[in-house]
Amino acid sequence: MTLAEKTIAYEREELLTGCQAVAQAVRLADVDVIAAYPIRPYTEVMDNLSRIIADGQLDAEYIVADSEHSQFEIVKHASSVGARAFAGSSGTGWMYGFEALVVTATDRLPVLFLVGNRALDDPGAFGVEHNDALAIRDMGWLLCWATTAQEALEHVLIGYRVAEDPRVRMPMALALDGAFLTHSQHMVRVPAAETVRRFLPPFDLGDRRLHPDNPISIAPQVNEDWVMELRRQNWEAARRARRVIEQAYREFNELFGERYGTPFFDEYMTDDAEVVLVGLGTVAMPARTAVRRLREHGHRVGYVNLRWFRPFPGPEVRASLARFRAVGVIDRDFAHGSPDDGGVLLHEVRSCLYPLPERPQVLNFLTGLGGRDISIDDVTSMYEQTLAAGRGRALEPAVRWIGVREEAARGVPEERRP
Amino acid sequence: MTQTSDLAFDRIAGVRKTPLEEFYASGHRTCQGCESALVMRQFAKASGPRTVVTGSTGCMYVANTSYMTTPWVVPWMHTQLGAAGPSAIGMAAGLRALMRKGRIAQERINVISFCGDLGGGDMGLSGISGALQSPYDLLIILYDNESAANTDIQATGLTTYGAQTTFTPPGKVHRVMQRRWKKNVAGMLAVGHPTCRYVATACSAYPPLDFLNKVRKALAVGGPTFIHTFDPCPKGWDYHPSYSHELGELGIKCGIFPLYEIVDGRVSYTYDPKKKGRIPVREYLEKQGRFAHLIDEDVAYIQRRVDAMWEEWEIPGVAPLKGGLRPA
Repeated sequence: MTLAEKTIAYEREELLTGCQAVAQAVRLADVDVIAAYPIRPYTEVMDNLSRIIADGQLDAEYIVADSEHSQFEIVKHASSVGARAFAGSSGTGWMYGFEALVVTATDRLPVLFLVGNRALDDPGAFGVEHNDALAIRDMGWLLCWATTAQEALEHVLIGYRVAEDPRVRMPMALALDGAFLTHSQHMVRVPAAETVRRFLPPFDLGDRRLHPDNPISIAPQVNEDWVMELRRQNWEAARRARRVIEQAYREFNELFGERYGTPFFDEYMTDDAEVVLVGLGTVAMPARTAVRRLREHGHRVGYVNLRWFRPFPGPEVRASLARFRAVGVIDRDFAHGSPDDGGVLLHEVRSCLYPLPERPQVLNFLTGLGGRDISIDDVTSMYEQTLAAGRGRALEPAVRWIGVREEAARGVPEERRP
Repeated sequence: MTQTSDLAFDRIAGVRKTPLEEFYASGHRTCQGCESALVMRQFAKASGPRTVVTGSTGCMYVANTSYMTTPWVVPWMHTQLGAAGPSAIGMAAGLRALMRKGRIAQERINVISFCGDLGGGDMGLSGISGALQSPYDLLIILYDNESAANTDIQATGLTTYGAQTTFTPPGKVHRVMQRRWKKNVAGMLAVGHPTCRYVATACSAYPPLDFLNKVRKALAVGGPTFIHTFDPCPKGWDYHPSYSHELGELGIKCGIFPLYEIVDGRVSYTYDPKKKGRIPVREYLEKQGRFAHLIDEDVAYIQRRVDAMWEEWEIPGVAPLKGGLRPA
């Protein structure tokens, strides 16, 4: 009998949106300080948490801040005195607080943020794009995408566990696709508080907590004398985080049943696959459906759903993708003017593949921007193009837009174009 | 409501009764004659060892706190330029939650956050406003040396009209580049936050002990509190460092920086010009190189505005308003 069978791992099952599932996880994590500021779509988590606190289900300080910058600074400093802290944001709100996000990482304070992915204005758009969360990719954050409400709930717990580990002590951003996950309902098994306590020990900042009994100075001016060594420490922490993540999933599986095969990404029908698509977030849903339909017609295709973006699972991704003839990278983001004008994920994946003696062909699909739906037909088209590339056909261009109205995108009439 | 006179706090009754212990000690590298460093030393002395401090970016970060030579005996943490308010909220909220949940001992820990005129008076105003609406015991100290003093003396919203700074140099065509009138931060915060129980202005040099006792009082009143200090700066104001205290005193006596405290909405003047008189602003301005380019009409303009502050404002030095409801 496994440990999970011996314990009551789950207390109930109910229909929850992604944001509601995260709110339940914050309750279960017994978070001490929460700072809120409204912006769609993440904000529903705060709507839920305020009710949870008002009803006495969670004992936490709950602060409605005057801006995202203040919101993020509040939780950063709450963390510095040893409190477990939670905040979140979306889109331009996330960018408004960006300075605070950077120092939270350099101060090595393990707060957890929900990012309800949203397009960056202007012009105004509520829908999902990943550029908001991706903006912190080089700053010393842990960054992970959930694809279901169940995963969202569980990755709050896994996230705190990894972030607060003394070997890591990095802030954690949990990204949920705006609307497609933040506001879509799933049946969610809610873990039992007692089992969560076994998985997630109380936050202990040790000799780095700010308290009169521990009179330290945090983040004094260092200049060229010390910055490089501190960057190195952050670099080491991000490297160590990979093993801490693996350990966290092992123990999570022991307590809650075999939830996760591999920590960093899921593979779907890849065993005999000729080509795969790789993506982040809810595009996994149409992608898996497209895989099943294409296989009914004899096409050997699979899907790799990347979960952890930071730390990036380089060796694991390399080993996995080396098996395929072609890889199509789906970017729900943009990196204007980057090499080949591809998306952010393209560059990460292609860089992983470079050391291989024989590399798969790599295509890049820019799609689903501003919350535009990525249909099963769209993904099917991406598979067809990737299959062709795998057979050495139609390799150019490497970067392709899917679902864009080309004529509308041209904007000005032919005769007035430069 | 507690009246000012009833307010019980541990007053420092005389210079000889001042605690000897220092909680802001050697290790900083502020300029000679730095009055902002005196603000640091005095608030730490008044607050004592059971204190946590955050300091916003500014000269009291850059000049104050070098790695391995920290002057802070009490725990201290850097916070961002505009984050004085939220950093205080975060610490106070974290400590309150941990005490309530039994994870740290229940005790009174003073939460103090300081910021300069650029960080607090301009960028961080919204965050300080948020802090003054919060339910936490915290004190925010805005140390005002009237410029961005660690980036080479740039004008801020709190720089005196007409002052030369590296952003407002007098030129061949434009003599006065600093045309903004100094922002009335303490008055604005007091008027704008009716539930905030204590707002004060202070000068660390004049009158002696006044700032120390205002810090003690702010911490004793409880809730979110705010003190705005007036800090002569030899480098930015261009005078010999040995005259810092004198310049502070002149600034108060000419009335250009009003000295008062507001407890539960009741204003009391620490230096009451109606009783003690005002010296001409010229006597304060002419001792500083930053005003050397001003001509008589500029000085007269500054004098007129200072006169109006004391003679025409409904609440002199605090709220630049006149009129209001009159009996029918």
